[in-house]
Amino acid sequence: MISILNALLVVVLALNLFALGTSRLVTVIKIVSLQGVLLGLMPLMIEEHLEWQALLAAGGTILLKGGIIPVMMLRAMRDVQIRREMQPLIGFLPSMLLGALATGLALLFSKALPLAGEHTTPLLVPASLATIFVGFILLTTRAKAITQIMGYLVLENGIYIFGMLLLGVIPLVVEFGVLLDLFVAIFIICIMVNHINKTFSSLDTRRLSELKE
Amino acid sequence: MNLALIISPFAAALVAALLPSNRWRPWVTPLGGVVHFMLTLQAVFGMPAQPVGEWVGLDPVGKLVLLLISTLFLVTSISLIGYLKFHPRRENRVFVACLLCTLGSMTLVAGSRHLGLMWVSIEATALCTAPLIYFNKTTRSIEATWKYLLIGFVGIALALLGTYCLAYSLLHAGLKPSLAMNDLLLDAPQLSKPWLHVAFVLMLVGYGTKMGLAPMHTWKPDAYGAAPGAVGTLLAGGVTGCAFLCILRIYQVCCAAHEFAFISPMLVFMGLFSMAVAGVFMVGQKDYKRMLAYSSVEHMGILVLGLGFGPVALFGTLLHLFNNGLTKGVLFLSAANINRSYGSTRIDVAHGVLRRLPVSGGIFLAGFLAITGSPPFGPFISEFSILNAGFGTGRFVAGGLFLLFLLVVFIGMGSTVLPMLQGRDAETKTPTLYRETFWTIAPPLVLLGAVLMIGLWIPEPLHAVLQNAVDFLEVQP
Repeated sequence: MISILNALLVVVLALNLFALGTSRLVTVIKIVSLQGVLLGLMPLMIEEHLEWQALLAAGGTILLKGGIIPVMMLRAMRDVQIRREMQPLIGFLPSMLLGALATGLALLFSKALPLAGEHTTPLLVPASLATIFVGFILLTTRAKAITQIMGYLVLENGIYIFGMLLLGVIPLVVEFGVLLDLFVAIFIICIMVNHINKTFSSLDTRRLSELKE
Repeated sequence: MNLALIISPFAAALVAALLPSNRWRPWVTPLGGVVHFMLTLQAVFGMPAQPVGEWVGLDPVGKLVLLLISTLFLVTSISLIGYLKFHPRRENRVFVACLLCTLGSMTLVAGSRHLGLMWVSIEATALCTAPLIYFNKTTRSIEATWKYLLIGFVGIALALLGTYCLAYSLLHAGLKPSLAMNDLLLDAPQLSKPWLHVAFVLMLVGYGTKMGLAPMHTWKPDAYGAAPGAVGTLLAGGVTGCAFLCILRIYQVCCAAHEFAFISPMLVFMGLFSMAVAGVFMVGQKDYKRMLAYSSVEHMGILVLGLGFGPVALFGTLLHLFNNGLTKGVLFLSAANINRSYGSTRIDVAHGVLRRLPVSGGIFLAGFLAITGSPPFGPFISEFSILNAGFGTGRFVAGGLFLLFLLVVFIGMGSTVLPMLQGRDAETKTPTLYRETFWTIAPPLVLLGAVLMIGLWIPEPLHAVLQNAVDFLEVQP
């Protein structure tokens, strides 16, 4: 099972780089939702006999990250008529290379971390660190509001991977609380995206520059 | 813990959301506030100390924060009547409902004994306050809300990672992982040290972002500047208090793990750095609401600094949490009155305030003196006590810098506030219709009275609550 888990994690890492390299917003949304579905499947690979709570949490994750959030984001995008990310702070190819470098460093770094015995073979920790870093790159170097939110979701996915180390420890209430907060957050964000577009006739967050010292 | 305390604000929010009348809806807020305040008084002073549950329960520190939240909410909710009367045509359904939900989620933070639940409720607080900042629907408020959400999300995500690391530190030490405070405190001495350190740093940065510690404070001036004054009170006094409670939790775990020597320098540095940054941006500040935001950054710094000085400074720190919240209420509510009269938050538009609005201007002046630590107001006592603890534990450099930054802030804030209050009344092109009324003056005046009272004499029940909280944080199992 560990080998399948590692294979899934490698796919997640590849999706990270893909998300960094594309300019089409629809593609980014699809990549992130696919990543969400893969994350939801991972608990099944770690433990063969999951309790119903863990199954419920995994199902909730797949439904929210793979279904509800992408639909909401695609709808918000359709309303604002925007297709591509233009002029990111760091170009697509350089940011992809940066992401690859971060992935390599995360692999090296996690070797040095004091991990419990059963967590040394799976790629969970390096994958988590690399995904968090890629989330940061998307969040800080992209100009369009939607891509920034996708960056936040990737960051969140990275933390979710780390949470896999604690499978069965985090109570169901908290798991669902986290998912509910994420859902409400995306809901508010979609409203905001719409308002930003209406007010500024653009989703370029660089236009949000009235407030500064 | 009395569950009605958590449920009543959400129930009131539901009522507000269902009520069709835009005119009567604002009245639900003080109603919810009064009920919550009564329940809080009963929970804090009425009941003997009981063992706290695994999930929710009011421990002494939670009681202190709950008392602060509930007092501030009650006072702000009364001032909101005046505020929403001033904007009768603006749709306030979402605003009122979100305000009450904010109260509910803040109460949940105060009552959380489980770090996972605490994280969920802090995030809920952030989400409920976003529509409040956005209420004015101007380009400025859109920008402020966007920054607030995005920076807040990143901070809170790091805090979640920190929470996971804390649970992993139990797992790595071969113990049963848990996020309940009771288990964590019990097992603290055996925790895996490297993971505990990582958890502390991530949680300090994450919850520090919610508190508005420099350099993660950049959302603060924008959000406080764009939000209505009453919301500013809740953010600067209540929400930051909740975030500080989260830091107190991890502080307690670290102390129980005998790791105070590791966390103390970080806390002291973060505190002094926040004060320095606030001081720099306050000098020459042209916008009085943004100035209040930087003052909040400064006081968050003082709180963290006090925590870094260790158990000796705990009483002063907790008292300062209370003082800062109440004084911020005085300042934000009177600043809101000034803003309503002049229609601007810039000091080149609003000057001669004492002539045009003698009462609000006077309250603002007194609030300025109080927040900068002048006697006889409350913050003087708490800042002095923190300083005393700093010198008492031999931290002369940190204590000296603390004094220096207080002076810089005093000069910076004074150079903004005094020209604004004094001088001749500005002839604004379109004089607004705002006149000082009971609803807009009484709330800051009551808070000012409380701040003055704490400065002269701390009432016995409040002293007992503070002392219990200090004892609770010092006890190590």
